[in-house]
Parts: sequence; C-alpha cells; structure tokens
Amino acid sequence: MAAGQLAGRQFPSISHLTVWTVMDALILQLLNGLDKGGAYALIALGLTLVFGTLGVVNFAHGALFMLGAFCAVTLQNVLTISKKVKDESITFFDAYKETPYLEIWWGDTGAAIIDWVVPISIILAIPIMLAIGVAMERGLIRHFYKRPHAEQILVTFGLAIVLQEIIKSFFGANPIPTPAPDIISGSANIGMMLGLGESLVYPWWRLIYLLFAGVVIFAVFAFLQFTTFGMVVRAGMQDRETVGLLGINVERRFTIVFGIAAIVAGLAGVMYAPILPPDYHMGMDFLVLSFVVVVVGGMGSLPGAVAAGFLLGILQSFASMTEVKAILPGIDQIIIYLVAVVILLTRPRGLMGRKGVMED
Amino acid sequence: MSEDKKTSELSRRGFMKVSAAAMAAASTPMFFTKGAWAADFRNNPGNAGSVKLGFNVPQTGAYADEGADELRAYKLAVKHLNGEGDGGMLNTMTNKALKGNGVLGKKVEYVTGDTQTKSDAARSSAKRMIEKDGVLMVTGGSSSGVAIAVQGLCQEMGIIFMAGLTHSNDTTGKDKRRYGFRHFFNTEMSGAALGPVLEKEFGKDRVAYHLTADYTWGWSQEGSIKKYTEQLGWQTKAAVRTPLGAGDFSQYITPVLNSGADVLVLNHYGKDMVNSLTQAVQFGLRDKQANGKDFQIVVPLFSRLMAQGAGANIKGIYGTTNWNWSLTDEGSKAFVKSFGQEYGFPPSQAAHTCYVQTLLYANACEMAGTFYPPEVIKALEGFKFDGMGNGPTEYRAEDHQCFKDVLVVRGNENPTSKFDLLQVVQEVPRAQVEYPADMLGGDLGPYKV
Amino acid sequence: MTTPAIRNDWAVMAIFTVAVLTAPLWLAPIGANYPDLLQKFAIFGIFAIGFNILFGLTGYLSFGHAVFLGVGSYTAVWSFKLLTMNVIPAVILGTVMGGVFAVLIGYVSLRRSGIYFSILTLAFAQMSYNLAYSVLTPITNGETGLQLTQQDPRILDGPAGEGLPSTTLFGLEMSGYSGFYFCAVMLILAFYISLRIFRSPFGLKLQAIKSNQTRMKYTGFNTKPYLLVAFVISGMFAGLAGSLMAVTDPLAGAERMQWTASGEVVLMTILGGTGTLIGPLLGVGIIKYFENIFSALNEATLHAFFSFMPDWLANVMVAISSQFVGEGWHLTLGVLFMLVVIFLPGGVMEGIRRMTAAVRNLSKQKPTELEPKEAEG
Repeated sequence: MAAGQLAGRQFPSISHLTVWTVMDALILQLLNGLDKGGAYALIALGLTLVFGTLGVVNFAHGALFMLGAFCAVTLQNVLTISKKVKDESITFFDAYKETPYLEIWWGDTGAAIIDWVVPISIILAIPIMLAIGVAMERGLIRHFYKRPHAEQILVTFGLAIVLQEIIKSFFGANPIPTPAPDIISGSANIGMMLGLGESLVYPWWRLIYLLFAGVVIFAVFAFLQFTTFGMVVRAGMQDRETVGLLGINVERRFTIVFGIAAIVAGLAGVMYAPILPPDYHMGMDFLVLSFVVVVVGGMGSLPGAVAAGFLLGILQSFASMTEVKAILPGIDQIIIYLVAVVILLTRPRGLMGRKGVMED
Repeated sequence: MSEDKKTSELSRRGFMKVSAAAMAAASTPMFFTKGAWAADFRNNPGNAGSVKLGFNVPQTGAYADEGADELRAYKLAVKHLNGEGDGGMLNTMTNKALKGNGVLGKKVEYVTGDTQTKSDAARSSAKRMIEKDGVLMVTGGSSSGVAIAVQGLCQEMGIIFMAGLTHSNDTTGKDKRRYGFRHFFNTEMSGAALGPVLEKEFGKDRVAYHLTADYTWGWSQEGSIKKYTEQLGWQTKAAVRTPLGAGDFSQYITPVLNSGADVLVLNHYGKDMVNSLTQAVQFGLRDKQANGKDFQIVVPLFSRLMAQGAGANIKGIYGTTNWNWSLTDEGSKAFVKSFGQEYGFPPSQAAHTCYVQTLLYANACEMAGTFYPPEVIKALEGFKFDGMGNGPTEYRAEDHQCFKDVLVVRGNENPTSKFDLLQVVQEVPRAQVEYPADMLGGDLGPYKV
Repeated sequence: MTTPAIRNDWAVMAIFTVAVLTAPLWLAPIGANYPDLLQKFAIFGIFAIGFNILFGLTGYLSFGHAVFLGVGSYTAVWSFKLLTMNVIPAVILGTVMGGVFAVLIGYVSLRRSGIYFSILTLAFAQMSYNLAYSVLTPITNGETGLQLTQQDPRILDGPAGEGLPSTTLFGLEMSGYSGFYFCAVMLILAFYISLRIFRSPFGLKLQAIKSNQTRMKYTGFNTKPYLLVAFVISGMFAGLAGSLMAVTDPLAGAERMQWTASGEVVLMTILGGTGTLIGPLLGVGIIKYFENIFSALNEATLHAFFSFMPDWLANVMVAISSQFVGEGWHLTLGVLFMLVVIFLPGGVMEGIRRMTAAVRNLSKQKPTELEPKEAEG
C-alpha cells in the first residue's frame, strides 16, 4: 500500500518535479553530451589532422577506430584461451565448460588480468595502431597526395571495406562483449561526491572515458605546440610548399602524422569498446558523423574539430530529452545535421576553419 | 548462320506444338481431376527433374551472422528433403506427406541471395531468383521491413513466400498476403505470453518505462507490451522513441534513473538491443532500487545470437523467443542433433524457423500433389502439425500465422557453455497467446494473380 | 568544325541506342539479362548520368543526391495510390518533385563550395532519411516502405478488381521486359540531354567554373545561377530515376535516401570515370552486377563452376574464391575500388582509353573517329 502511494505520488508530469530533479536531469544530460562529445572529438581529431597536413580525404578513418576496438577484442580472445572440458550432458554437438588457462595457472591474478583487458589493450593498441597507420601511409595514402579528392575517396573507401570484411571473416558480424573491469563497471554516485544529493549517478567507465579523451586531446595539442616536430607540422598545415622548400623532410613527418592519427582513432575505439560492444561495421557507423564534426569545426582546425565534437555531443543529448521531443517530435533524429546546416550557413568555414582549405 | 538458326528455331517450335498437342490429348481424361490447372503458372517446373527454392537472407550488414545461420538451416532442410543425412525433423513431423525423395519426386535445389537487410536490395534479390533462376518459393529474412517488402513482391509475382525471422504484427496483420506465410511469432504473442510471467515475478504494482526503436516493429512491440502489462495493473510512465542505430543510448537512459519507474522495457532488437542493454546495466539499472523494489529490465524479443553480444548483461533478464535449442521434445532434439552434427554448434531460433518453413512448404506441395501456388496455399491454410519443436501448431487460414506455444526465457545466471545463454522459464500454451483473426486487420488478396 | 562533331554525336547516339536496346542479348553470356537487373542498370544509369552533370562538369560533389531519388519514388507511389496506375503522371510528378527539392536544397547548399557544400547536401539528405524512417511515417510508411493497397482511391482509374493493380503504360504492364524497355527509352533520352548539355555553351561555362571559379567571379560572372541550374537538372534526373524505380516496382522505402545510397552514386561515377559521358554508366554496371550476381554465388555454384578441375584443386579454388562471393561480395567490391584507382586514375574509362591507345599503337593505323570524343569531358 505504502509503496503504491509512493509510486502514485512520483507519477505526475514535469510541473511537479522539484527543481532538484530538473537539475539532476540537466547535469546528467550535460555529462552524456560531454561523453559523446569526447568520443566525437577523438575520432574527428585524427581525421582533421590528416585533412589539414596531408590534404587527404580519408574514408578509412572509421575503420581505424574499428581496428582499435578490435585490438581489445583480440587481446581478450588471447587472454581467455581456455581449457575446455566437454559438457557430457550435451551429445548433439560439442559444448565445453571453458576455464581460461590464465585462471588455472595464476588463480585470482589471472582472473584479474582478464578482467582488466580493456585498459591493458591500450598499451597494446599504441604500437599496433602506429604500425597499421605507418603501413597504410607508406603503402597507399602516400601515392594519393597529389591525386584528386574523388580518387582519394574511392581508394580509402575501398580500403575501409576491405579492412572491415577481413575483421568480419575472423570475428563474425555480431557485436562482441568487451566489458570494463568489474570494479569500475558500475556507476559512481557523483551526487554524493559533489554534495548534490544521492540521485545523481553516472557510470565510472564513462567518466574515465571523458577524462581519457581530455588527456589525449591535450597530449596531441601539447605535442603539436611544444615540439619542433609539431612546429613543422603546423607550418606544413599552413603552407606545405614553403616547408618543403626549406629542405625539411616533410614526407617522413607526414608518415608520423598519419601514425598519430591512427593511434588516436584506435585509442578512441579501445576505450569505447565497453560502451559499444565492437562489431565490424562500427567504423562505418561513425564515419559520416566524424566528417560532419570535422567540417562543422572548420577545415584544417584542430581546436575547431574538438569544439564541434563537444558542441554536437551536448546538443544531441539535450535534444533527446522527452520534454524537448514533446515540442519538436523527431528532433533527436536530425539535431546533428540541423546544427551542421545552421553553423555552415552562418559561418562559411565552420567554427574555426581557414580560408581556402578544401573549398574547391 | 542466322538463316540456319531461324529454320531450326522454326522446326523446334513446330515440334513443340505437335508434342504439346499430343500431351494435351493424352491428358484429356485427367482434365477434370487434380492437375488440370497445372496448365501454367510462373516457373512451372513441368517435367524437369528438379525444383529450385530461393533462400534470401542477410549476408552483409548487422544481421549477417543470423543470415548465415538461416542459410545453414536451409541447406540442412534441402539435404533432408532429398533423403540425405539423418532426416532431422522429417522423422518427427506429424501429418506428413513428404517421402524423403525430394518434393513430388523432384530433387530440391536452391539459390541464395543477399537481402542486406534493406527492402530494395531484398526485393532485387528475390526478383533475380524469380526471373533468372526460376525459383518456386522464396524464403528468408531477418527483419519485418524486409519480410513485408518481399511478401508484397511475391504476391504480385505469384510466388509463395515463407517468411524467416519477422516479429512485427503487420507481417500477418495489416500487410498480410495470400502468398505469404509466417511460422515465427509476433509482438502480440510476445506481450500475451510475457505479461502473466512478469506479473508473477515482479508483481502487479509496477511502473514501466519503455525505450522503443523508432520504426514499425518497435511501435508494434511497445503497443503489445503496454497492452498486456496495463491489463495486469502496471502503469506506463513513459514510452520514449530512440533512433534506429543510435549506438550510444545514454541520453535516453539517464531520464529513466529518476523517473519513478521501476521496470525498463527495451523494445530494441539486434545491435540496438545489445547496446541499450549493455549501457542500461552500466548505468546501474539492474542493481537499482526504485519504489522500494528491485529495478528490472525486460527485453521482449530475445535471440541467442544477439544475446551473445550483450555478454553477462543478459543474466536474469526476461524476454520471449520462438524456439530454443535446449528444448527436449523429440522434434527439437532431432533438429539440434542433425544441425549440431553438421556444423558443430546448436541452431538459433532464426535457423529453426527457416528450417521448419522449408519443410512445411515442401510438405504442402506434396499434399497438394502439385506446385501450382493456389493449391499449395490451400494445403498450407489450416494445416495442423506437430513434432517440429513448438508442440501442436496450426497455420491459421485467415491470416497465415502459425499458432503455437511461446517460450518465455530468462538470461541464464550460470551458463555451462557459451551456447547456454537462455533458460526457458515457461512454455506458454497456444490458447493463451491466440487472438481473433480479424483483430489486426489486413486483407489476404486473391489466390490467383 | 562543328559539323563533324554533330555528326559524331549522332553516331554516338545511334550506337548508344542500339547498345541499350539490345542489352538483353549481349548481357546474356554473363547472366545479367533478366528484367530486374536490366531495369536497375537503366535506372541507376539515369541517376549516375544526372549526378555526373553536376559533379563531372562543375566539380561540386553532392553527398546527398539520394534524397531526390527517394523523393521521386515516394511521389510516384503516391501518384499510383491517389491518381492512376498509369506511369506517365507518376514519372512526370516524380521528376518535378525531384526538381522542387533540388531547388530548395541546392539554393541553400550552393552558398558554400568544396567540402562545405558536400556536408550541407549530406546533412539535408540524412535529415530527410531519418525523418522518413520515423516521424514522417504517415507519409512514407516508415520502415516498411510505401506500398499500394486495395483501399487506395486512384481517382482516375475505374473500380479496382480483385488483388492489387499493376503499373501500366496505357494498358501495357510495366513489369518484366516491358518495364526495362520503358526505362531504356528514358535512359536514352537522359543520355541525349546529357550529351547536349556537355556540348552546349552552358556546359562549357560549368566546366569553366570547375577549373577556376574565383577567376570567373572576378570577371563579374555570377556563377550561382549556372550552378543552381546544373544542380536542379541533376536532381530531376535523380527524381526521374526514383520514379522509375517505383514504376518497375511500386514500393518506396526510406533507405533509398540514406547516405550509403548517396555514396553509391558517387562511387559509381568515380569508378567509371568522372566527367566522361559513358563512364558513370560503366560504374553503374559494375557495382550493380557485383551486388546482384556475385552476392548470389555460393559454394554449390562454385563447385559446379570448378567441376572441370581435379577434385582437390577444385576444393582449393572453392575455398579461396568463396571468400569473395556470397557474403564476401563486399570484399570483392572493396578490392576492385582500390585496384581501379591505383592502376587506372580516371576510372574504368581511362583503362578503356589506354587499351584503345595501345591497340592503335600496335596496328600503327591512322587515328579514326572511333574513340568517343565525349570521353574527354
């Protein structure tokens, strides 16, 4: 009875909600937006870097994101190589009770290693993604610097399809669960921490993702700002020909830039795996979105891409609120594109784009 | 050269005329018996020694694994029809006319195609099968949009369509067709089966919050669950539509947290289901308390293949399914055995429904004594059978929907193997999920097209 | 100077017309001569030709062209539902609606150039797709797609008989080969218009915009109206293609407007050869052929194909080739894209040009008019 009354009282519409619950809802949506924004910004960062320095429209960038996520999946598969004990109750096919060797050998330590597979694969993903990036640049992208954008699109799109089909033939088409470590797979009561009441909870892993995105973005900026290498790259983004004339080996630096872009995309993928169980198509799903983010940010502008990522992420979150959808049905379906149109029409080169980059 | 060809063509035509006349004469006595109308229909196999069936499944895109499993089942069905292998469900099916020597003495062959889970691509692929390969029947698919699109096409072309995995009410409701048949269950049955179990497990006094994929199937599912839970006294706090393929559902999940609801219903399928469930669990919804009760998550349509993607997150979560390999009736055992021995792992519910559909079509041809679609349709309409894994089943004549028991399942807390994900909670009897034929509207259309 | 070019054009048209109308014969050896695929060749041919008028001539890369295809389809199906099953109103209305949407979207999008233009068109198309799939369901019938029903008014037709009516051209049913020939005539018409545009002063101005828009602007030449006209023509071609899709198969689905559909026509055009008259058609042929034929091959058909080999070799060949057909047809397409771009910059047309050049060098003959001049685009 009491419970029924309680449920009944909590029912009514928005007007009855206290200021606090409204605040809670808004804070949570802001966090959602920042979290999405972090993901968008990380993916867009590498894309715009490659755009800006190498002048290449890379449709295989989403595939790099996907490959990053599959670094985690692969490591998980390796770590969970199991001792199989046949389940005798099933006779029609071979079903096994599987116990990973790591657990058999090292007990709880082994189980803990498996549990922490996603954070561990970050360390693994850096060299792997660098190798993939360098191989891609040396083997293919390099030969397309001077080619028309249309041909860059076709060749990188072809590459993206090939990469994802290879992944599909090894891992299948279904999503593969890649959970975060148990201790941080639940939610943090940030309301308690910040003294905002008990009802404000948010998943640990998403908070970590946000922090991680911030660190990676900061690292990339610091690298470009404070190193000689970065200076040359920035100069190259402004005026490639002059830098070349100064006798600087631009080619080698371009390779490294592409490698960095691959690492950033890959890390974004690894860290996203617990939120979005990876499947072979996830790169394509993010591809269009990452282009929108880059262009809304403005061609050739790294801060622009980051700003656009967060802006679109936050607006998307708020547009999905029931209260907003009640006024504008379906707004959450189109908000990203609507914002893109509005920004591109009011600001000719996106948020922070430079004149003359990819305008013809 | 061309002259030559012309004359030979002419003479061949002449020969055909003569032989046709001869055959007509020979068959005159039979004119008033069965077989008379076998005169002509699209892709009539005539005197050919074999017949072709078209297996139209998603081979690329999000449902590619489900499609691959459907294809395995089809190949197995063809084997069994042709009298190869161990016979599978042919040994357990009741009311059977099949003899294990093909269909009507003709060997069964097949062609395959890729629906890409897109209506256009699926129709293109089906048209190729019909126009180029000359198939007698098209079957397959892993979503309702595709099933309805192909079913419509098959009606126009006069080719029978045996639907694969399609769960929307519309397939045998608003968009039902004379030439389309569905063995799989629908959202109405899911709601009717799940409601009482939810009441038993979670009580009468619950407040539900729906997240619904924003397209026809999602709405259909939301409507059915609402209808049956509200009958039991549940309240519906909100029903929020989410874009198909949203990926990150956080912006839809956070409002659930403090909404006052204590049950979350995820009307999602496929990748959407995997993502929304994974994320809902991350937001702590499964460990939460609301209104003094344990918070619960419900996924009305479960599939084992997709449940794999959600991993440990499905543990303890309720849903419905058309069939599960762990069933112990003779039909299921026979099917799991031959599938398991052939491929080394158990079949999915999609594989099961596709296998059964192929056998049912073949059996109907055998019963009708012809491949002529109107007669085959009449043989299927009202056909009652058993031993195919779902208990006594009937193809209702009025809407071409199979009526049978529905499984309510729960994510297994302690799986003994990677296949052991779903635990059957209850086999809800057919009587409880049956509804009047005119409830969902629609019009079957004519037998002859 | 002009006379030979014109005569040349008529020759090209004659060859093209014969080639299109006899397609069911010469496509038979590769198994592509059934009505549905022939219709698709013709319909997407129109789509790609139209796209090429915009992209090939002006260099403006629209990444949302499929929206006009979708609009054309929806309009045509509504015409079948409300007016009549005759295809003429459907085709006209579909083309016009494609044009109307092109005016709206083009007017806004053409305020930007380069990639900003591409993203604007993409954004409009994605908005249309997402809305058509969900909240616009009363108009589009959402996921299921807009279909004919028994209850449709069809005010110009008499009372409906039993079953759903078929699309007709004054009584001639538009399914099967008759549907293909209807599309083929439209394709020939579209090709002719495209040829005239390529040759016209208008076409030259568009090409000048492509080579240097800034210079054009400095000379006081307002490029915008020209671009808009090109955009609208190209949108109308897409609308026509969309309505023909509905003519041959009266169903319209939202996924026709998705970015992948827009991307497909971009790929077709680049694959065949941007800015050439024939190139986009070759691109259409290749992609649609792979989609429909390669995806349908399975291990059984492969075994039949390799049956002349010794068993062990056949098994090896089947194992290898099965990766590239059936569920692996995307892989083949991806590899093909890469090979064409790497080895044939300029698309398949470039390959053909190189081959004819090589043949000509070998035979050391005087160059004749054989090489289609429009290929220079």
